[in-house]
Amino acid sequence: MLSIPCPHCGLRDEDEFVWGGEAHLVRPRLDCSAEEWAQYLFYRDNPKGIAFERWHHRFGCGQWFNLVRNTATHTIEMSYLIDAQRPDL
Amino acid sequence: MYRYSAATLLRQAMTDQKGWPAAWRSTSPKARYSVLIVGGGGHGLATAYYLAKNHGITDVAVLEKGWIGGGNTGRNTTVVRSNYLFPESARFYDHSVKLYEGLSRELNFNIMFSQRGMVTLAHSRHDLEAQRRWANAMRLNGVDSELLDREGVRSLAPALDFSEEARFPILGGFVQKRGGTARHDAVAWAYARAASSMGVDIIENCEVEGFEIGPEGPTAVQTSRGRIKTGAVGLAVAGNSSLLAKQLGLRLPIDSLSLQAMVTEPVKPVLDTVVLSPAAAVYVSQSDKGELVIGGGLDLYTSYGQRGNLPTAQRILAGVLTLFPSFSRLRLLRQWAGTVDVVKDSSPIFGRSPIPNVFLNCGWGTGGFKAIPGGGWCFAHTIATGEHHPLTAPFALDRFEKGALIDEAAASGIAH
Amino acid sequence: MSRRLPTGGVIDRNRTVTFRFNGREYSGHPGDTMASALLAAGVDLVGRSFKYHRPRGLYAAGLEEPNGLVTLGAGASARPNLKLTEIELADGMEAHSVNCAPSPEWDWRSVNQLAGPLLGAGFYYKTFKWPHWHLFEGPIRNAAGLGEAPTGPDPDRYQHRRAHCDVLVIGGGMSGLAAAREAALQGRDVILAETDFVLGGSALWRGDTDTCRAIEHELRAMGNVRILTRTCVFGAYEHGMFAAVEHCLDGTYAERLWLIRAGKTVLATGAIERPMVFADNDRPGVMLASAVHAYVVRFGVLPGQRVVLATNNSSVWPVAEVLRDAGAEVTIVDARSDPAEPPEGVALKAGTLVHRAKGRRRVKAVDLLSRSGASAGALDCDLLAVSGGWTPTAHLYSQMGGKLHYTADLAAFVPQQDDGQISLVGAAAGEWGDYNIDPIWEVPGPGKKFVDLANDVTAQDIAIAAREDYRSVEHLKRYTTLGMGIDQGRTSNVNGLAIMGEHTQRAPGEVGTTRFRPPYSPVTLGTLAGPDSGMTFAPIRYLPAYGWHLEQGALMEEHGPWLRPAAYPRGGEDWQTAAQSEAIHARTGAALFDGSPLGKIEVCGPDAGAFLDRFYVGTASSLKPGRARYGLMLDEHGIIMDDGVFVRIDEQRFLVHTTSGGADRIAAHLEEWHQCEWPDLDVAILPVTNQWAVMTVSGPEARNIVHQLDTDIDLTDFKHMQWREGTIAGLPTRILRASFTGEASYEINVPASHASTLAEKILTLGARPIGIEALMILRTEKGYLHVGVDTDGTTQPQDVGMAGPLKRKTSDFVGRRSLLREDGRRADRLQLVGLNSGDAFLNVGAQVLAPEGQVPGPTDGHVTSSYFSPTLRRPIALALVRAGQARLGEEIELYDMGKRLRATITSPVALDPKGDRLNA
Ligand SMILES: Cc1cc2nc3c(=O)[nH]c(=O)nc-3n(C[C@H](O)[C@H](O)[C@H](O)COP(=O)(O)OP(=O)(O)OC[C@H]3O[C@@H](n4cnc5c(N)ncnc54)[C@H](O)[C@@H]3O)c2cc1C
Ligand SMILES: [Zn+2]
Repeated sequence: MLSIPCPHCGLRDEDEFVWGGEAHLVRPRLDCSAEEWAQYLFYRDNPKGIAFERWHHRFGCGQWFNLVRNTATHTIEMSYLIDAQRPDL
Repeated sequence: MYRYSAATLLRQAMTDQKGWPAAWRSTSPKARYSVLIVGGGGHGLATAYYLAKNHGITDVAVLEKGWIGGGNTGRNTTVVRSNYLFPESARFYDHSVKLYEGLSRELNFNIMFSQRGMVTLAHSRHDLEAQRRWANAMRLNGVDSELLDREGVRSLAPALDFSEEARFPILGGFVQKRGGTARHDAVAWAYARAASSMGVDIIENCEVEGFEIGPEGPTAVQTSRGRIKTGAVGLAVAGNSSLLAKQLGLRLPIDSLSLQAMVTEPVKPVLDTVVLSPAAAVYVSQSDKGELVIGGGLDLYTSYGQRGNLPTAQRILAGVLTLFPSFSRLRLLRQWAGTVDVVKDSSPIFGRSPIPNVFLNCGWGTGGFKAIPGGGWCFAHTIATGEHHPLTAPFALDRFEKGALIDEAAASGIAH
Repeated sequence: MSRRLPTGGVIDRNRTVTFRFNGREYSGHPGDTMASALLAAGVDLVGRSFKYHRPRGLYAAGLEEPNGLVTLGAGASARPNLKLTEIELADGMEAHSVNCAPSPEWDWRSVNQLAGPLLGAGFYYKTFKWPHWHLFEGPIRNAAGLGEAPTGPDPDRYQHRRAHCDVLVIGGGMSGLAAAREAALQGRDVILAETDFVLGGSALWRGDTDTCRAIEHELRAMGNVRILTRTCVFGAYEHGMFAAVEHCLDGTYAERLWLIRAGKTVLATGAIERPMVFADNDRPGVMLASAVHAYVVRFGVLPGQRVVLATNNSSVWPVAEVLRDAGAEVTIVDARSDPAEPPEGVALKAGTLVHRAKGRRRVKAVDLLSRSGASAGALDCDLLAVSGGWTPTAHLYSQMGGKLHYTADLAAFVPQQDDGQISLVGAAAGEWGDYNIDPIWEVPGPGKKFVDLANDVTAQDIAIAAREDYRSVEHLKRYTTLGMGIDQGRTSNVNGLAIMGEHTQRAPGEVGTTRFRPPYSPVTLGTLAGPDSGMTFAPIRYLPAYGWHLEQGALMEEHGPWLRPAAYPRGGEDWQTAAQSEAIHARTGAALFDGSPLGKIEVCGPDAGAFLDRFYVGTASSLKPGRARYGLMLDEHGIIMDDGVFVRIDEQRFLVHTTSGGADRIAAHLEEWHQCEWPDLDVAILPVTNQWAVMTVSGPEARNIVHQLDTDIDLTDFKHMQWREGTIAGLPTRILRASFTGEASYEINVPASHASTLAEKILTLGARPIGIEALMILRTEKGYLHVGVDTDGTTQPQDVGMAGPLKRKTSDFVGRRSLLREDGRRADRLQLVGLNSGDAFLNVGAQVLAPEGQVPGPTDGHVTSSYFSPTLRRPIALALVRAGQARLGEEIELYDMGKRLRATITSPVALDPKGDRLNA
């Protein structure tokens, strides 16, 4: 049971949240190539280790935010607002 | 290959069990192999076996970073079925189930394939209708299916809650009688033993760490046990596929998530079939040892941790008890998880990669145990010929650009 | 024959409790476990072994007990597979040994012992293949399994609680008590959890009970310490979360699940003794030395008079002393050649091994062997206490990935304490006193030498595994089932892997251990599920006018989470008949349908129109206030996600209607896109589904009825796809003219608490209530799409006749790019059409055959909706058919579970294609 730091609410248990996948995906324009669209829709870094991801505090403040989490150890490095720049780590 | 039989058991019993030979040869890697299979799970081992048996290619090594069968092959809930909606899936998975049906004798190793049937429950009129579609589609796909009414379900799984107050009333369901379970470890060992006896090297504790790629494809791989030269590489590393792809400079349409399984303490027989409830998102069977084997949905975030989280386990158990209230006093004996390779349409990724002579066998996600014989069969074909096998052609990587997904999840809606 | 000593023990000798075991009555004292009471009563046989059905007696005093398994209680309240050693004795208990028939004394499956030599490791992989595994599997299943499962729903209840603390101390022995005290004195919030029903751990027999009591009193007097006894911490999870189960005695709950988030955790979980591996080391009367110690001192029971203590280490010295003091004759048989002097009055045979235990139902004697391999005679005895060394209990540490490393000095795997969050103290850290072990992993010689008593795994099984190359510790475990029994290998793992190491020339540390998995000790499923199973698993939602519907005779049926009227049968008719006449009524008079679950989301703000344009296949921003439009929403993969009518309330406000099932999902979907992709758009998304009840009046008479309502809304010139607001009888009201029946309809929204009043009013004005079934008939007659029924996870808008709107719109919206891919442009996609099958009824789910008509063979689609139309007096159906829109008029063949049927492809609209009724 992760303890997740919502930037708006502080530390809360995992079961209040919904995981939303890789963060900072850039949505291509309508006239993009089939390959670009497939990359955006399906292809993921899926790293073992540090991952940048989106989470939703569904049963809390209702806000989406970004989280930096280690996918091997589940350690959480930090969280930051949804529209903030991806931090250099 | 040393024949296993009742007679050899007797003979060994008389000689104090001293004469059993090694099931497979433990070896160190040679300097070069024609083909390297990365990943000693069911898919990798079966591929090696069929390369030798169907294509006469025996200059093959299976490289496994830990012990063979130690990935998802040795962690799954062992459901084998081919009750798929789409013809592409049905053709492939039914080929696999047919291979399973003959496997114990072919490999001279009892993998305990037990066709005790797989029952999918209908809890609403909508479920009944959806399942009629499904059952009809299966028959068109040439796969056995039967619709069940409430009494039909009761006769197969009397421990379910048939009371009026049940949260999920049982209106009926459908069954694939040829579905069932098999002993997961035995599948890995049986293929390893057969492949080894035909000359394949099975190399454990050998992690692949990098690749050397030339214009015609791979020339060597770097491993924790040194550099091994080769001309072709087949990747069958399940939840680790993205990591090896990264070594090759590729990305894959895969997320790696934990999928859990649980068993209770063993009890005398109470459940003689595999029961799946899409509404409760759980499935249960009872092993030959008497443990209830329980599975359900994925953990909700990516993980390479090979451990399940508690909220998901609790949710799954609550679902099981909603269906089987009398199981409430049984006790959980073990909870574990595997890292599964999840694809958006829950269908595998199979065949050529963008790099010549590097082949992909992954994306099995929550359901690739049943696919092991079929996957090995077709992967061996692809590696041997460089061409797709007709059964797996629809599962090529280009479907993501075309949008030609084969979305079984939209039909079956649950992991298993 | 009572074995209870005249004095001593942490038991209440003033009171007696009686219980039944295998049909006979026994008694004991509060403070006893069922194990200690049975031992005191002289019961030797408590069960039969798993595979060979060998007679077994008690082996341990704690959770590591492998033999004494019982079902406690019977019927629906049975608890199978409890260890006798974990049952705190209470009056009236009734227990039966598992897996022996009829009793541990006489068990017909003990014939398995004869086949013993054939049943070596992995024997089932090597045979039973011919003619077929099925022939063998049934009997094997019946033979396997331990206790019987309960026969009915669980009468008990279980509670869930969460707690936070600064320091969680796991284990209430001396080390745990000391750690808790130290943390508490520093002002930390402390939780101390102990599995047992008394604090003290092994100090209850090995240490000083008075000191324990003193610390306990001190802790209980502090405000910052919570002591949980009967509480087993079974799982370690992320970020300091530990799960524990508490056995409750207060009568309200049977057990309580604690989820404890701890800043820091101290594992004071002690250590477990290992058996010695010699022939017939499983005979009743063979026990762990520590168990003998506990029975004598804690429970005041002397399990035997003539005791042999077989050991390879010094930890049995105090055991010998207490046995001696209790009046037993004691001989230590020590594998070490020069151990310390034995305690006074105790005999010692150094450099000697117990080679074999003799006696079938109770150990009678032991054969001895010198270390050089020569026979060293025999000794009579009635109790054989063994100590093969100790293993720290580090399961919880290992569960979270903590590494254990082999320490040759201790002949044990000891935690590497490298983690600031979990620390280990006392025996769990490998700290124990005078020890000086000389590990003897396997005593040489023939015979059945059990390594794992719970699963009947012998040293020979391990030898077979080694020979066959199942050498890795995981293969060893899986091939032989070592450590996979209900005792979770507590006593067997280390011996097993060390023996494997001896066969393969590896030190135990090179063989390594397996990672421990939760739970540390088996946990009741009901406790884990707690209050979340049954009706609360997926809570049912009730309509605001639920009671009113029941009064009208509604037959309720679940749709999504909602319980909704399927139909209102009258005078004994069935619901199908009722639905037919309700549908007729809607076409001829006026029908009242409760549409309250319909999703309602207000989207407000200056950019509301632009925002919605990014979701709908059609355009929202061009809509005029007071007008409504039908819209389809897609997911980013181009799949139809939901549909509904949206309304423009004013320049800056839209009301988005969704399907009932989509209400929450679509609100979340809009939120996600707004927050994550388009935070620059100035909109707010407000779900109002539950605020408004919706009573829909529909049919040729609907207009009349609405006009009779006491409303200030201007009803003149109120056309289809218009929306107005005002009051009815003083209540805020919104009326939408939109239709899912094909008749002129008024969707009247009032505050949810007034739903019944409005419904009653409409009823008295002449409308008849209709249920979902009638609504489905009506919408199918009109060919109106039901998302999720007529569409599935592959259906795109061009498949359901929305190609036109798609062409007209140029801008991007969610899912649009996906439609442009190769697969979206295929001409042979499944498309929504109608089917006319004459008099034949088509079941939903019937498959459309390809023109060749082969079964098995390719499919050309399937029936998605099918009803008998009372207005058309024939069956009607919708189907998804390959390239269907280009095949109108074509005759097709269908397949339905062995039957073949024929139908003609038609437009989806079977009734009133021009829509005259809508505007009537
Ligand atoms: C809990 C659970 C329940 C499941 N239930 C079912 C079910 O009921 N039915 C069903 O059909 N399927 C089920 N599955 C899915 C099924 O187990 C998998 O799809 C299947 O086992 C995949 O086999 P594999 O050989 O591809 O992968 P694996 O068995 O995971 O083998 C991959 C191997 O690759 C090795 N490897 C990884 N990286 C490297 C490297 N760099 N170098 C060398 N070796 C490497 C790994 O150690 C591993 O042994 C379940 C899965 C889980 C986790
Ligand atoms: Zn929050």
